[in-house]
Amino acid sequence: MLIQIFFSLFLLFALSRVILQVKSAKISPGGFLFWSALFIFALVGVIEPKLTSYIANFLGIGRGADVVLYTSIALLFYLIFRLSIALEETRREITKLVRKITLDDKSQVKSSRSRG
Amino acid sequence: MPRLLLLIPAFNEAAIIGEVLDGLPRQIHGMGKIDVVVIDDGSQDNTFEIAKRKKVKVFRHSLNLGLGAVLGTGFEYAVNTGYDFVITVDADGQHQPDDVVNIAKSLLTEKSDIVIGSRSLSKKNMPLVRRLVNFLSNTLTFLLFNVWTTDSQSGLRGFTKAALKKLKIRSQRMEVSSEIFKEIGRLHLTFVEVPITAIYTDYSLTKGQPISNAPNVFWKLLLQRFA
Repeated sequence: MLIQIFFSLFLLFALSRVILQVKSAKISPGGFLFWSALFIFALVGVIEPKLTSYIANFLGIGRGADVVLYTSIALLFYLIFRLSIALEETRREITKLVRKITLDDKSQVKSSRSRG
Repeated sequence: MPRLLLLIPAFNEAAIIGEVLDGLPRQIHGMGKIDVVVIDDGSQDNTFEIAKRKKVKVFRHSLNLGLGAVLGTGFEYAVNTGYDFVITVDADGQHQPDDVVNIAKSLLTEKSDIVIGSRSLSKKNMPLVRRLVNFLSNTLTFLLFNVWTTDSQSGLRGFTKAALKKLKIRSQRMEVSSEIFKEIGRLHLTFVEVPITAIYTDYSLTKGQPISNAPNVFWKLLLQRFA
């Protein structure tokens, strides 16, 4: 089917980006394993949809498409959560940097003390 | 004699900061030297310039980071400089000098790690919306961190040197007010509440925490609690 070709091409493209990212050391080995496994699993599901039906039957969900949907939603929520934490961590690092620059800037203290 | 630092977090307060700084107490019975430090959180008006004209120390963040970040900077400065006590005072003119004195006296006599100026205990002037926001914030703080206070969002607070050395402030913005109580619970610090009467003007009401900010604060506190 046409949709299978489109999805397969997209997932292969995504997989190639993951390989490029790990080659340029932009993602960790753990990140590489996670994203590679995710895209390979999705690729297998697109090429062989019956596989998702087997998993659906095993989990008692009914349709293979529903397994994909539920898993995707759970995964998206988890990724948003991880992203929020990473964003907070980045903000904290920026704050530490700005704080250090602020407190190390002797000119600010000297200037105000000279008036005191 | 113990040294006291009055810490003033300020963001775009040019209209009133001069008046606030002029009104701060410079002598308190039982206290030694009293210094004032203003941390300007990247204001776009001339808050920094006005504060510099007064007899106070002034620092400026090059970026607007939020209340939590400002308090963190002020606390680090206080610990590094060796102050015995720190009292945080809002720069919007909401706090009365007499209440600052009462917080200082409480720090000297109560032997608690932290003193909270509570607007709820005096029950004067506080607008209904503020009471509601405060009650919801107190309840949320209690549910998340198991510490009950009558004013989790008060900006007038006193800290001992020992407490400041232990506190680990991670919040960037307004959620810091609840985080202080999280730290009180985590570190088993003691605190007392002192009634204060806030001055509500049209100006100070525009400066407070809007209720629309509640979901953001809630999310940040959840991350702190469970992440």
